[in-house]
Amino acid sequence: MSVTAHLPALQVVVPMLTAPVLVLLRDARLCWIAALLTSATSFAIAVALAAGVLDGMDIRYAMGNWAAPYGIELRVDALSAILLLATTGASTLALLGGRRSLLREIGDARLPLFLAAWLLALAGLVGILVSGDAFNIFVFMEISSLATYILVSGGPHRRALPAVFKYLITGTVGATFYLIGVGLLYMMTGTLNIEDMAARLGDVGASDLLYIAIGFIAIGLALKAAIYPLHAWMPNAYTFAPHMVTVFIAACSTKVSLYVLLRMDYAVFQHNLPEQGLHFALILMPLASLGIVFGSLAAIFEQNIKRILALSSVAQLGYILLGASLVSAAGINASALHLFNHALAKGALFLAVACLGYRFAKLRLEDLRGAGRLMPWTLTAFALAGLSLIGIPGTAGFVSKWALILALMEQGALGVALVVLVVVSSLMAVVYIGRIVETLWFAEPPGEDPTVKEAPVMLLAVTWLAVALNFWFGFDASTSGALAIQAATDLTGSAP
Amino acid sequence: MSDATLIALALLIPLAGSLGIALTGRFPNLRETVTLVTAVTLMLVVWSLLPQVFDGGRPSLAVWEMMPGFEIAFTVEPLGMLFAALASMLWIVNSVYSIGYMRGNRETHQTRFYACFAIALSAAMGVAFAGNLLTLFLFYEILTVSTYPLVAHKGDANTVRSARVYLGILMGTSIGLFLPAILWTQTVAGTLDFTEGGILAGHIAGPAVGLLLALYAFGIAKAAIMPVHRWLPAAMVAPTPVSALLHAVAVVKAGVFSITKVITYIFGLDFLASEPSGAWLSLLASFTILAASAVALAQTNLKRMLAYSTISQLSYIIMAAAVLKPLSEIGAAVHMVSHAFGKITLFFAAGAIYVASKKTELYQLHGIGKRMPWTMAAFTIGALSMIGVPPTAGFVSKWYILGGSLEAGNLVAVFTLIGSTVLNAAYFLPIIYRAWFRAESTPPSRDHGEAPWPMVLALTTTAFLTLAFFIYNQPVIDLESQLVGRMK
Repeated sequence: MSVTAHLPALQVVVPMLTAPVLVLLRDARLCWIAALLTSATSFAIAVALAAGVLDGMDIRYAMGNWAAPYGIELRVDALSAILLLATTGASTLALLGGRRSLLREIGDARLPLFLAAWLLALAGLVGILVSGDAFNIFVFMEISSLATYILVSGGPHRRALPAVFKYLITGTVGATFYLIGVGLLYMMTGTLNIEDMAARLGDVGASDLLYIAIGFIAIGLALKAAIYPLHAWMPNAYTFAPHMVTVFIAACSTKVSLYVLLRMDYAVFQHNLPEQGLHFALILMPLASLGIVFGSLAAIFEQNIKRILALSSVAQLGYILLGASLVSAAGINASALHLFNHALAKGALFLAVACLGYRFAKLRLEDLRGAGRLMPWTLTAFALAGLSLIGIPGTAGFVSKWALILALMEQGALGVALVVLVVVSSLMAVVYIGRIVETLWFAEPPGEDPTVKEAPVMLLAVTWLAVALNFWFGFDASTSGALAIQAATDLTGSAP
Repeated sequence: MSDATLIALALLIPLAGSLGIALTGRFPNLRETVTLVTAVTLMLVVWSLLPQVFDGGRPSLAVWEMMPGFEIAFTVEPLGMLFAALASMLWIVNSVYSIGYMRGNRETHQTRFYACFAIALSAAMGVAFAGNLLTLFLFYEILTVSTYPLVAHKGDANTVRSARVYLGILMGTSIGLFLPAILWTQTVAGTLDFTEGGILAGHIAGPAVGLLLALYAFGIAKAAIMPVHRWLPAAMVAPTPVSALLHAVAVVKAGVFSITKVITYIFGLDFLASEPSGAWLSLLASFTILAASAVALAQTNLKRMLAYSTISQLSYIIMAAAVLKPLSEIGAAVHMVSHAFGKITLFFAAGAIYVASKKTELYQLHGIGKRMPWTMAAFTIGALSMIGVPPTAGFVSKWYILGGSLEAGNLVAVFTLIGSTVLNAAYFLPIIYRAWFRAESTPPSRDHGEAPWPMVLALTTTAFLTLAFFIYNQPVIDLESQLVGRMK
């Protein structure tokens, strides 16, 4: 077999095996280079896999040549390809731009270990995405979660510790619930391979036990995905994490759990349970709507700019969930697109925040008054990325919002009501983004601080690159659109 | 050069100019030269498209398909041609004026001012030439965003508050109403292209037509129909050149232009005339005309009074377009031009008065005609044009609008025209009278004459245009008759 055939395995193996090497290297600069190269390699593999998926290849890999369903199977389809791109891309951009920011927040001495944890988190996340095995997903989930706890608590903020403790408890409960659910499924079907499970579950038929399993899995994953109202751990974890970590995890970590939820529900449950689609919609649609409203509302009244963006993520995850809860091909198409496009927008926004964070110790709005005059490039990038979050035509955010609105329009009167909800929450996004831009640009600075100047060139350049990507995928949605359409076709069996 | 190149140039030249302005920011004279050269080049490029459009050509440029059904494309049609030709011409005059104003007033951040101004002009060209609703929307938003720093120019608390109203209303309505209207149109009609005769006929009927029209009319808040007009008085905190070109010509005309374009090319005149649920628009426009005039009567600040006069005058155009008769459609287009000439003159005069004497309130203007005869003469001509007295431009457009309204038998429109003429006279004539014939009530803080010469040059030029347009308006009418001829 050529190297190409091993790509799904390499996607996980490369970061996972480099992590211990970093521990041995012990030099901050070398470790950064190694981590960056590893992450870039992962990204290149993700691009190759996505290209393969677009070519219509069915990418499967049997670990150790043990055939599924007995061995562990890796599988890459369109939905996982989208998230692989987002995850590895976010990690690469954060590492590329973040050297000085990381050095300042983590310090020379601890950086090698920190970056090792970073690569483990990356390995765990991509592991979840390429895995075709429900238990294996749990293993990778634990790897990524444990590593992420380290990343979040690695910064200089002492408040990161209680935040990460909350995250740890919630995350562990979530993963345990998921494991209980998978265990019950294993008991009923005797298999852990997702496809095999889907095939065998038909013979088991509906039973209370099965619904209990579904409940455990759904709640466990909802906790990890920070679905409203189970999002309480998320704002503080994002806020007090080192800035580059926020860039990395905000762009992908909750979305990966959401991916697992979609995969389990669409691939396994809906095929076998006649009413499952309806139940899925009945539970998730109200939660998604509430998340959209309350996330946006809370963001409007928040003061810390990282928390504002974190709360906005609650709302944006609501969009993704809303699309999925329609149980239609168009809905999944919208969700898949927004998984990608929101990662772009939030990644760019948090990169701009990282620029601010490099020069300002505190990121409350009152501390940042007039900061835009000192850092005009940063703030312009922030404002442009904000447009994508709001969903102005020409940006990536518009593409997915438009897809979502189209999907909602198929649903009749309820859909129209939800369109109104989406429009209203877009206006709320105008308010909270506008508030940040206005305070940073026009409010009088508290005092002249001559040390404040633009962020480091590399960080700024990467921020602008991320902003440019938002516009690129806003103007040319053919690639992301094709992947999303294929994801929708894979999951629902019909093209949007 | 090919048409496509010319259209692309019209969009790119101001952008390049903006870059040039940013780069030459440290050398004010060079920077102003860049502005002027850009403005002149832009006008040459835009006007070189004119002969073709006169001959019935429709130059177009398709740039990019973002996703199926969404394309960035440009088509030059008579209405957009007129708007672009007007804005590009007045930009030159306004730049000359800006130089006088900004220097005479010792304003800060002049580089940002000129750079944003150039971007705004590029956006205005994009709005003018947009070939479909999505392209229009894109440039509409760029226009909003690029003018925000201009409105917030002074940067003090009061200005920022007003700028927030400006951005809040324009962004809020465009995202909350205009964009949903576009999406609705796309879902029912399957296209967003501006098509002669409209695209909605047969796809939508009954009260939904009125609702969709409402989404457009209020979503395009730049047209300042009540109750989404509040941003315009708020925008008066901007330096006067901004009020003059952007908030009397480019931005507000982009609004009424968009609404006119939606009425003619998206709904289609015949379709809209056949749907009774769309009739409210001309009534609301009538109300706005009268109400804004009444509010203008109560204003004590000159620029705010002019802002309310603009709100009223913009609704003339909406009303004329909504009357849905060929004559009134021509009237709508002609009024875009005549109001532009008149109102830019008035704002130029207001700015000149401010620079020379720091006076902003109406009661301070007693006897100012003796100190600033050129300025006040121009102001008088502009005011007469607003009222619609011959021999000024305002008469021509009112004539056509009146003709269309009579043809349609729309008595509300006819009475609105008469009533508003009375109101316009009521708030403009006293100012003119006091300026020329009353003695100065309080001596000015310093002895002053006219404002700096570039400003006087600019305002006399536009005053001259206001007069000249009364006599020489045939090209505009020919151009816009194409619109009607084709629609019939």
